[in-house]
Amino acid sequence: MKPPPFEYHAPPTLVEALTLLAQHGDEAKALAGGQSLIPVLNFRLARPSVIVDLNRIDELIGIDATGPSLRVAAMTRQRAAERSTDVAERAPMLAAALTHVAHPQIRTRGTIGGSVAHADPAAELPAVMLALDARFRLRRGAEERTVAAGDFFTGLFSTALEVDELLIDIEIPAPAARSGWAFEEVARRHGDFALVAVAARVVLDSAGAVSDARLAYVNAGPGPFRSARAEAVLVGQTPDPDLIRAAAAAAFEDARPAADVHASAAYRRQLTRVLTARALAAAFARAAA
Amino acid sequence: MENLDHRWFGKRIRRNEDPRLLTGRALFVDDVQLPGMAHVAFVRSPVAHARIVEVDTRAARARPGVYAVITAEDLGDYWQPGPLLVSPPPIEGHIFHERTQPPLARDKVRFVGEPVVVVVAESRYLAEDAAEDVFVDYDTQTPVVDLERALEPGAELVHGDLPSNVAARAHQSLGDYEAARAQADVIVARRFRYDRGASAAIENRAVVAQWDERDQELTMWDTTQAPIPIRNGVATRLGLSHSQVRVIAPFVGGGFGPKIMMFYQEELLVPWLAMRLGRPVKWTEDRSENFFATTQEREQIHDAEMALTSDGRILGIRDRFLHDCGAYDTYGLTVPINSQCTLLGPYLVPAYDSEFTCVFTNKTIVTPVRGAGRQHGVFVMERLLDLAARELGLSPVEIRERNYIPPDAFPYDYEILYQDSAPLVYDSGDYAPALAKAVEMIGYDRFIAEEQPAARAEGRHLGIGVVSYVEGTGIGPYEGARVSVEVDGRVTVATGVGTQGQGHFTSFAQIVAEQLDVDPARIRVVTGDTREFAWGTGTFASRGAVVAGNACHAAAVAVREKILKLAAELLHAEREELELAGGRVLVRGQPERSFALGDLAAKANPLRGAVRPGTEPGLEATAYFGPDRSCTASGVHAMVVEVDPETAMIELKRYVVVHDCGHVINPMIVDGQIHGGVAHGIGNAFYEKLVYDDNGQLLTASLMDYLLPTSLDVPTIQTAHFETPSPLNPLGIKGVGEAGAIPVGALFAQAIENALGDEAPEILEIPLSPNRLFELMTARATRTGSAAGAGTAAPARPEIGVPARRAAEPGEAGPA
Repeated sequence: MKPPPFEYHAPPTLVEALTLLAQHGDEAKALAGGQSLIPVLNFRLARPSVIVDLNRIDELIGIDATGPSLRVAAMTRQRAAERSTDVAERAPMLAAALTHVAHPQIRTRGTIGGSVAHADPAAELPAVMLALDARFRLRRGAEERTVAAGDFFTGLFSTALEVDELLIDIEIPAPAARSGWAFEEVARRHGDFALVAVAARVVLDSAGAVSDARLAYVNAGPGPFRSARAEAVLVGQTPDPDLIRAAAAAAFEDARPAADVHASAAYRRQLTRVLTARALAAAFARAAA
Repeated sequence: MENLDHRWFGKRIRRNEDPRLLTGRALFVDDVQLPGMAHVAFVRSPVAHARIVEVDTRAARARPGVYAVITAEDLGDYWQPGPLLVSPPPIEGHIFHERTQPPLARDKVRFVGEPVVVVVAESRYLAEDAAEDVFVDYDTQTPVVDLERALEPGAELVHGDLPSNVAARAHQSLGDYEAARAQADVIVARRFRYDRGASAAIENRAVVAQWDERDQELTMWDTTQAPIPIRNGVATRLGLSHSQVRVIAPFVGGGFGPKIMMFYQEELLVPWLAMRLGRPVKWTEDRSENFFATTQEREQIHDAEMALTSDGRILGIRDRFLHDCGAYDTYGLTVPINSQCTLLGPYLVPAYDSEFTCVFTNKTIVTPVRGAGRQHGVFVMERLLDLAARELGLSPVEIRERNYIPPDAFPYDYEILYQDSAPLVYDSGDYAPALAKAVEMIGYDRFIAEEQPAARAEGRHLGIGVVSYVEGTGIGPYEGARVSVEVDGRVTVATGVGTQGQGHFTSFAQIVAEQLDVDPARIRVVTGDTREFAWGTGTFASRGAVVAGNACHAAAVAVREKILKLAAELLHAEREELELAGGRVLVRGQPERSFALGDLAAKANPLRGAVRPGTEPGLEATAYFGPDRSCTASGVHAMVVEVDPETAMIELKRYVVVHDCGHVINPMIVDGQIHGGVAHGIGNAFYEKLVYDDNGQLLTASLMDYLLPTSLDVPTIQTAHFETPSPLNPLGIKGVGEAGAIPVGALFAQAIENALGDEAPEILEIPLSPNRLFELMTARATRTGSAAGAGTAAPARPEIGVPARRAAEPGEAGPA
């Protein structure tokens, strides 16, 4: 379990990191917290010839709550986001979901951007970003673009990021009035990747009907996805147990989970239904509060 | 409980070894760094079953920094299959085909991970790079994975020179089962399965070897549980005298059985390479290798039935089972015989008819892992009792009470042979009070009467379980110890067993302290270094405390005699007037007439002219202890579990262990052993599983997929100790190392069934998982047309969306 040889760079600035990535193209791999890349290297499942370590780039760290949206820089440690009062206030679902990401020791090293850019279908953060309608600022050389979460995640371990492009920060819009959220997960052990998890955000109108609903799933499909059917069931309706049950059944229909040694597809679909119901009940309770 | 008659024995004393362990200053094998040391990596088979057509090592040899690349051919005469560790007991009519592992596969590979080529280089990185350069052409054969298919006619053969994949078969019986069956009011029969787990010690295996050309001596650091047999074997294989080889098993981070296996291929190759290359060689197993190359356990399939009277008394049991021994059967019949014998448990079974068949498969070798076959037997017995109880309308507590061997029946002879070839005779025990205590501690009656119905009314599914078991521990042949009083007043104890975290440095010190009344903190215990103590066997079968502990006791008694004899002479007193107290020997009531033990030790080293015939220097003695047969520890485990029928997730609410290992040397250490064992058992029952696919590929070969329970998954465990002393050794102790792990699977099955009540599927297999539980519940719901099972539309809780599965964790916001 030793990695094959590679060239190692630890540039102190973003510009230098982008230059290195541009220089080496798909031979290079960016290293964030290393929670996924290092095991993959040690198993010799990936053999990048160049590693560009982002850990010395200060400009990629920080949480900015001064604007209308919350901005979380890509190399912000998960533990820092989890403990941030700004995150707790402006994106409480993110703080809640982070407690499910492994254990404190691992979150102290793991980064928000690393998890998002890796796009593991079992990881919590991509689904949270979908539910929060986050936007990702990407840079390649001097070019910058912003991509909505819905366009960023393109499938199993795949994103809109180009090989020489870096995620700079994540913009999370402020929650609407009368909105509620919930994050529900089932994992084998405390801290494991989700067997299935759901990130739910609902908004109620003045009459108490659902004006907006976003239900995003972890490990219920080949990548993070929203259940269009379940959201459609909800919008325009007044929440009650029957509505919740109907939405859960719709999410069950939308789920296309894979089977692995830990869970069959049937079990994951069952969890999708159960967790959808539980998350919606909690989210509606919060929205009404 | 504290024993008031003793000064040190039986006391809750902090462990002598912990300051070194906790501050990272204890020596482990991988800490050994020697000048010029080379590092080893293995080319291991990526396939489960294949003929080796060609091995091309040229590219690897040419890589800079590579010292050697060795194939089976290169080993010459050194290539030969390893020894059979344990010969089968003389069971009448048994079959046993000995097939043991070679140091490197030559013509054929038989499991994924079997070593084919060994690469030595200046660093582990380079060695792994070079291992990738080796080309092996495998002509794959159909892998033998499934136990039953392995026995079908025409099945591919793991060992082509045998007529079938049957490795062994043995039948043992007592009484007349057919007659018992004919008289029975009730017969319960089921098929039970247990699957594989890893021992998953925190420290993987490691070997360092150094050949000293000037002294003509080989030193080997090894994570083995059996340093003396390793020394003897390595010396013989290398053509050296035993005294030319020193094996050191320093601190070892967990053994759990697989580290008793010998010879691992690596253990034979590393010293050979060190001699051949003339430089020290190190191999440290990585976690990935550990999953393939370190031995595993626990796959069996039982077809068992129990015959009972209408009042729930066992008339007899019949069992036929298959045991997976993996690719080689190096450990003989120990594991299946443990299953066969331990099944009988603490119960009166008048008729027993049991036959097992060991099956070769293309999977990692099976040798004992903590419990060593006992889990399976206990699972079958306890499940049969639960099924019978349900059929007869008895509670699980009642049916056990009715069948216990009564306390006046000991020694109780079961008339069959145990793994140590001695008859299965229980030395002592008293089971009903232990059950009563566990029932009281878990609050069984209140749970059934109040707690369970109250939770159910809230839509929560709580269940309770209680199971009992016995464990044959402390088997022979023998261990030894040397106790020496040093001139500074400290005492040194040396013994041959290895130590892997059991607390030997403290327990053995307490045993010696009891005789000499020296503070155990001033007693230095040395284990696992063949230069310090050259005779013995090793740490296995819950025997360290029983066998080595009694040897320490015997040596300490002998040293005490020497102290009294010499002190009587020098103090001009009668021996009967003397006592040992606080590190001194004194005339009782006259503290001025005394010697510090260190001063006495100095006087025991005679000057010129003081030596008379028969004089032996020093306050030192060596003694040995070998029990006639094993001693029978026992216990009762009980737990309360909550099951969420919608998600099939569980939460352990309470866990109780009442345990009897005879006299307890240190209750804190015994508690720790039990806690660790229960954690291991919880892992086996609900988290850990080695999943092999049809190609014999292990799908759970990392700690990401092989799920060890963490501190967050193991509940607080309440323990109580009963002391039924063993008459088989002077200290009256029994083993405890494996106990905690043994009955946990049976307990999970009973408690989860109880939680699910009328909707419960029968649980006839271990390990479980949420997914497997969901499948079992779904299958039952489908079969019965029940609308309440998982997977159906109707929720099992009254109001949807009330997350009752667990209390909110800190930082996890609950529903507003």
